[in-house]
Amino acid sequence: MDFLMLERWSPYVVGILIGLLNVGSLLVSKKPLGASTSFMKLGGIIYRSFDKEKVQNNEYYQKNELKLDWGMMLVLGIIIGAFVSAMLSGDFSLTAVPEMWASEVSGSFMLRFASAVVGGIFLGVGARWAGGCTSGHGISGTSFLSVISWVAGIAFFIGGIAVAFLIYGM
Amino acid sequence: MTKNNRTLMQGLIIGILFGFFLQKGGVTKYDVIVGQLRLIDFTVIKIILTAIVVSMLGISYFYPKDMVPVKTKAGSIKNATIGGLLFGVGFGLLGYCPGTIAGAIGNGYIDAVTGGLIGIVLGTMIYAMMYGKLKEKGVLTQDKYSEYSLFHHIKGSPFKVTIPFGALIMAVLLFMEIGGL
Repeated sequence: MDFLMLERWSPYVVGILIGLLNVGSLLVSKKPLGASTSFMKLGGIIYRSFDKEKVQNNEYYQKNELKLDWGMMLVLGIIIGAFVSAMLSGDFSLTAVPEMWASEVSGSFMLRFASAVVGGIFLGVGARWAGGCTSGHGISGTSFLSVISWVAGIAFFIGGIAVAFLIYGM
Repeated sequence: MTKNNRTLMQGLIIGILFGFFLQKGGVTKYDVIVGQLRLIDFTVIKIILTAIVVSMLGISYFYPKDMVPVKTKAGSIKNATIGGLLFGVGFGLLGYCPGTIAGAIGNGYIDAVTGGLIGIVLGTMIYAMMYGKLKEKGVLTQDKYSEYSLFHHIKGSPFKVTIPFGALIMAVLLFMEIGGL
């Protein structure tokens, strides 16, 4: 079982496993992999605890059942799975500012924190606007041969590459 | 176990495997994801394209037997582009996406569990607040590609489309390897 202790596997092996996992998920749960909806539900549940009426009257939240579901358990599972994998290989470490950002942008946690909040907001709005994320559109939707998912997936990378070049230069 | 609990348990187990694979692939790390966006590390695209080929072929096998659903999203090319580009801006700034941020949290990234998580959840709330207005102003249109999947339209075996398409994606990956990416 030494391979479980390895820090990295070939991207092709990982890709094959994630592809098989998506098919397995469709067979067993009849659901494709996807993550962004769960953050929306978490947001709705948090918001509801402050202002119940506003959430109940919100048209977007009305379309979605705000309770613990398959997708939220999936996201929870991702946290656990990544933690177990990192612990097995000794690759787990508490990192406040990622190395690349620290060495080329700034070592300040506050700046990194602020960029993560702003980035997260764009990610959240964009994922809901587009109807999915790198998993839901990028892996699941594309392999369903959905034109919208291919367009969204390509747009994710165009936007991401543009911003990465703005931050880090050419 | 009730049906609901069984569903939750399935989600958890599939998620654990997903997170395990993502971490082994290195994509729970800011440096690897942003390395891809800077076009210096092609790990992310290799994983995604390989996953698409395998998944597409699996669906081609099981869909005609009615063993897997083909569920596609409603929307339009226009909104996939607008939303996709907004998402991309966030992807570049944050350096994680909704799935990999969960993995990054498991990997120990504090910027992910604090700022990133707060941001994504806030972003979805902002969208929920905007939704009524966007709909009222007629932004959220659906075009002919809404809920469209080629799988619904292929006569006969889907493999006749997905094998050539899969081969094309593999050729792209092969060229990337030959080119040293």
